[in-house]
Amino acid sequence: MPSEKFTYIESSAVPINIENVDTDQIIPARFLKATTRDGFGDNLFRDWRFDKNDQPKVDFVLNNEKYNGNILVAGKNFGSGSSREHAAWAIHDYGFKVVVSSFFADIFKNNALNNGVLPIQVSSEFLEIIFNEIEKDSDTSFTIDLGKQEITISTTGQKEVFEINSYKKECLLNGYDDIDYLLNIKDKIEVFEKRN
Amino acid sequence: MAGKTLFDKVWDAYVVDEIKDGPSVVYIDKHLIHEVTSPQAFAGIEKRGLKVFRPENTVATPDHNIPTIDQHLEIRDQLSRFQVNKLTENCDRHGITLYGLNHPFQGIVHVIGPELGITQPGMTMVCGDSHTSTHGAFGSVAFGIGTSEVEMVLATQCILQPKPKKMRINIEGKLSTGVSAKDIILYVISKISTSGGTGHFIEFAGSAIRGLSMEGRMTVCNMSIESGARGGLIAPDETTFEYIKGREFAPKGGDYDAAVEKWKKLKTDEDAVFDKEFNFDATDIEPMITYGTNPGMGAKIKDNIPHESEIEKSELNSYQKSLKYMGFQAGDKITGKPVDYVFVGSCTNGRIEDLRVVAEFVKGKKKAENITAWIVPGSKQVEKQAKQEGITEVLEEAGFKLRQPGCSACLAMNDDKIPEGKLAVATSNRNFEGRQGPGSRTMLASPLTAAAIAVTGTIVDPKTML
Repeated sequence: MPSEKFTYIESSAVPINIENVDTDQIIPARFLKATTRDGFGDNLFRDWRFDKNDQPKVDFVLNNEKYNGNILVAGKNFGSGSSREHAAWAIHDYGFKVVVSSFFADIFKNNALNNGVLPIQVSSEFLEIIFNEIEKDSDTSFTIDLGKQEITISTTGQKEVFEINSYKKECLLNGYDDIDYLLNIKDKIEVFEKRN
Repeated sequence: MAGKTLFDKVWDAYVVDEIKDGPSVVYIDKHLIHEVTSPQAFAGIEKRGLKVFRPENTVATPDHNIPTIDQHLEIRDQLSRFQVNKLTENCDRHGITLYGLNHPFQGIVHVIGPELGITQPGMTMVCGDSHTSTHGAFGSVAFGIGTSEVEMVLATQCILQPKPKKMRINIEGKLSTGVSAKDIILYVISKISTSGGTGHFIEFAGSAIRGLSMEGRMTVCNMSIESGARGGLIAPDETTFEYIKGREFAPKGGDYDAAVEKWKKLKTDEDAVFDKEFNFDATDIEPMITYGTNPGMGAKIKDNIPHESEIEKSELNSYQKSLKYMGFQAGDKITGKPVDYVFVGSCTNGRIEDLRVVAEFVKGKKKAENITAWIVPGSKQVEKQAKQEGITEVLEEAGFKLRQPGCSACLAMNDDKIPEGKLAVATSNRNFEGRQGPGSRTMLASPLTAAAIAVTGTIVDPKTML
């Protein structure tokens, strides 16, 4: 999917301080029957967010007006489980542009990057600081500078550098997409086929 | 220079190009698709005005959302019907082979690939499903991908992928009676956790792995990804070659002999180096079951649910949350807990050998009154073979309900849902909250354990019943 260009973000964040948030929690399988990429945000964290009568569960963070912004912060091993890209679509469709965690599941990370959502892996110590700052003040704002590969807690100035390979970084900064890249090297692919 | 691992040998042979400080361009031999993760990919290439680049390298079957009763009728659920019809339309339009609902080859993608001989050693295979790792049992590099990546494969037969690191898990020794491949993998994940394999491709080795049938090896590789790994694989050997021989799309005659000669070279060099290596003793593995809400929360059935003090600090939140969800207490005895449902099926344990194990155990017995038992064959071929072998009859006599092939209650996209609050013992691969239906509770176990529990009605160590 050719995505919008990603450069610099300043926003407050929504905390989900739970480890191993799996793809069935992000988007339960029963909502995977669509044939387009749109509208999955309505069912993001469906069973944590709504009860069986479709009423919002007041104790869940997405239903708490205190917390908003386009950064999602979650515990270690975020996005484990299924390869369903619907998880990344749901997060994107809901309005998140960044997910911060101390560890991501591989396929989720690829899926997020392919949809213009930036997964930022921070140290477990920095993650704990982030959770603490949000707990102290839900309006705590963060800046994400993709060019510098830096995440900064605006109020305290504490920052950490994050990793992203330079190819993916270029893709995000310019809104490029992998398929464009592959289509441009089709002659190489055909040469490979002939050789094998 | 150090030698190469099996994974390196296969991967490196398929690298078309490498991007500096970026992913590799990897050519894909076989692409499997199903109704749920492909429609947006077809829409994507059509929006770009493209046709599928190599339609002969993709095979399709519906499995995820389909009903497991009355498959000869039109699908009642409107959204599911629409999705399955979309798959048919897309395959027709792009010239892709489809094994539709009433085709004798239909089934769960990861069951039909191997049984039709589509899966072969040394291949690269992908599918928009994480359990694509199943095919690694044949010494192929097989892994799950997202829909954007499905689109890449449809458009160019390649994907961009960073090369994973390499891990080897050696399991030496003889498994005791009543312990199966499912117990091996639940044991491994309980040791290395659901993130222990992340970033890696795992080669399973050692005498306990060599001693497994192909079905068993598929179970191990299938669930390798529940440790976070990109995939799992096992070097092919005589067991592999024998399994492939004579299958529908396997090479025949002289071609088969030539292929076997090639396949024999697919093994890790003795001096190859892995990024990580684990060694486990097969004699320490007992019948396993999960007590929490991720596949890493497994224990020996004969043991108790661990106490907080035994849990790593970083996993403590998950542990507390999951015990609350399951309605269990730290230190509880696992055996004796009453169960409501038993589900035998899925790409993990829905193959003929799994059904045989269950049938052999329940022959002449009856399921307990409190148990609803569903057996869902992994494919039409498995269903047919079960009938031919008299397995169907045995299971029906014992009070099991036999369904038609599909993913079914593993992810409960169709009507096969475990009701809220009910406890299911499942041979599938995930025990996530609500995985088998909103509010459902799942304990993962082997087919033999599931059979024993179906008969007793409570959690039991099958070893005590053999």
